[in-house]
Amino acid sequence: MTNKKRAGIFAGALIGLSAMLAPQGYAADDPIRIAYIEPLSGAFANVGDAGLKHFRFTAEKINEAGGVLGRKFEIVPMDNKQSASESVQLVQRAADEGIHFITQGNGSNVAGALVEAVDRNNRRNSDNKILYLNYAAVDPALTNDRCSFYHFRFDANSEIKLEALTNYMAKQDDIKKVFLINQDYSHGQFISKTAKEMLKEKAPDVKIVGDVLHPIGQVRDFAPYVARIKQSGADSVITGNWGNDLSLLVRAADSAGLDVKFYTYYGGGLGTPAAVGDRGEGKLLQITEWHSNAKVNETHPDYEKWLNEFKLRYPEIDWYYHRVYNEMYMLKAAIEKAGSTDVDAVAKAMEGMTFDSITGKVTMRAKDHQLIQPMYISVMDSNVVHDVDNSGLGFTTVAQIPADQATAPTTCEMKRP
Amino acid sequence: MLETIVFSLINGLLYGMLLFMMSSGLTLIFGMMGVLNFAHASFYMLGAYFAYTLGSVTGFWIALFLAPVLVGIVGAVVERYGLRRVHQFGHVPELLFTFGLAYVVDELTSLFWGTVPVPYKMPDSLNFTLFNLYNFDYSAFKIFILAVSVVMFVCLYILLKKTRAGLIIQASLSRPDMVSALGHNVPRVFMMVFAIGCALAGLGGVVGGIHFVTEPGMAVTMGPIVFVVVVLGGLGSVPGALIASILIGVLQTLALSVDISLASIFSGIDVSRDNFFSTIWYMESIRLAPVLPFLLLVLTLIVRPRGLMGKREA
Repeated sequence: MTNKKRAGIFAGALIGLSAMLAPQGYAADDPIRIAYIEPLSGAFANVGDAGLKHFRFTAEKINEAGGVLGRKFEIVPMDNKQSASESVQLVQRAADEGIHFITQGNGSNVAGALVEAVDRNNRRNSDNKILYLNYAAVDPALTNDRCSFYHFRFDANSEIKLEALTNYMAKQDDIKKVFLINQDYSHGQFISKTAKEMLKEKAPDVKIVGDVLHPIGQVRDFAPYVARIKQSGADSVITGNWGNDLSLLVRAADSAGLDVKFYTYYGGGLGTPAAVGDRGEGKLLQITEWHSNAKVNETHPDYEKWLNEFKLRYPEIDWYYHRVYNEMYMLKAAIEKAGSTDVDAVAKAMEGMTFDSITGKVTMRAKDHQLIQPMYISVMDSNVVHDVDNSGLGFTTVAQIPADQATAPTTCEMKRP
Repeated sequence: MLETIVFSLINGLLYGMLLFMMSSGLTLIFGMMGVLNFAHASFYMLGAYFAYTLGSVTGFWIALFLAPVLVGIVGAVVERYGLRRVHQFGHVPELLFTFGLAYVVDELTSLFWGTVPVPYKMPDSLNFTLFNLYNFDYSAFKIFILAVSVVMFVCLYILLKKTRAGLIIQASLSRPDMVSALGHNVPRVFMMVFAIGCALAGLGGVVGGIHFVTEPGMAVTMGPIVFVVVVLGGLGSVPGALIASILIGVLQTLALSVDISLASIFSGIDVSRDNFFSTIWYMESIRLAPVLPFLLLVLTLIVRPRGLMGKREA
């Protein structure tokens, strides 16, 4: 068979396949599909894979309890290889397959491309719209000058996290000198710039004794950076680092005998506690929307069961994304309120929606589609009920920030249909 | 100022010696067999994982010896049944072979040990602060790394310079055909060199895995810098690799420890910040430090292609 012929047959098969997958003709009890657009191969595959397990688990729970309007949730994994351009093509594919809901979170650059792609699709295909649910991308721009009616964010954005973190830090009397060390890209640069402004305003007596940006994923030996922190006399470090950039930093600090507290975004992130080990105990703090030892279980005893069941099913990871829970149950509530899966109706139902979550009342702010929720600042501790990464270490709450204080103003001017 | 210099020297030496452990094997293999072993860092990673798994059974000290031996055996097998077969087709297939091998080892590692970092910790007997200099603690383990690498260098040097085996290895390095004509089994020498080279990388992994993080990405992050050392030091030259490693370590630490930019050196000249090239002018050394080794690599290849102590052109 010649290549041409083979290509012809392949193309024919593709056309046939896409005809079969065409959006029309879905019965009322067909599953409600959610496209999960994340890296499922390559360097970040472990992160994408862990997220997928969270979504599948939650969908299963909802389905077991009767589903949504008599229909079931189905998660459709799509591999974007952590590339913005691949993700844009996947939006097209989702539209072609008649999928109305997509979810993504890793990488604000990908999220930015998705917002644009979804907006474009919804402008052009008004009868086949898509709703984008973002569970992790924290770039504030997505709910400020780049906000969209079809984008909802379930994680607190970087500005909110920093606001809450600096509020807490301003109240600590033992914080006198702060050092900033961040990865040299939009995420780290934002923290470096904003943390300085916020601390200056809230705690004028706190001195910023250092501000360093380092290339992302390139530094192996953090000892020189640690020496700088030491020389500066800092007692606290703020960092948005994640993955190895965080693990190596904390390990280097510990081995040099540097006695500072690390205020981080992702200290409890997948893999980091195992890499840091007990060197982070009492020193590594994180700000998150929830953590497994957050004492909120009195009102929701089921969540304890939920965690254990997840751990039993996937022993190698832990339940980490509480926001996946929020996202899925709020989507369910919105669809039920709208009475259909019509994207415009669901989006309208979700705007301003209040949801009784495990951590308390959370609200989807109508103005910019940013979820306003309580935040937790927690510190690494070996004396915990739930450890992470099977490391024997977990996190204990040091401060809970109520939802009305975990917020930041927005400049969003949304175009509504 | 003295503080900065002392710190840079000590820390640079430490980091440099770790680099040396990883690159000495590569320079032997590269110089001798002409094989650009892309999988070299993967053997470094294997060393860390083997030591982690063995260590949980036998304890760290036995694993310290066993793990490099195991990695050496893996290396010997790879040479005997992989590299030797593609060797006859020339250098490009060899290169592609090691390139593919690196991916295979990486994937297998994450298959067996998972993608999440493993809790590979230092033995308790080394987990204490040895001395404190300018308020900066130096743990016993750091000094232990230094000791291991020095012992390794001395052993390697004696092996190459003072023994008969070393004589044959050195001869094969420059004149393989002649050595073969004298009746030596050159393929076997190649296998031995490859195995030793891999074992050295494995030893680097045993201590490096503790000092850094033991995870499937550790090979990829270490890969490029090891090549810089080999090229800078000169192909096949173990002393060259030592000097290059320490040079890179000290330079990088120094660049990170001081605030220098072109603007601060030539403070007399005023460059407008609107100028397109002002980014370079005002670039602080701290942001330049991570690319310094690669800058050195490019400069070496332009100015002195055979490296610091190499005898042949790269």
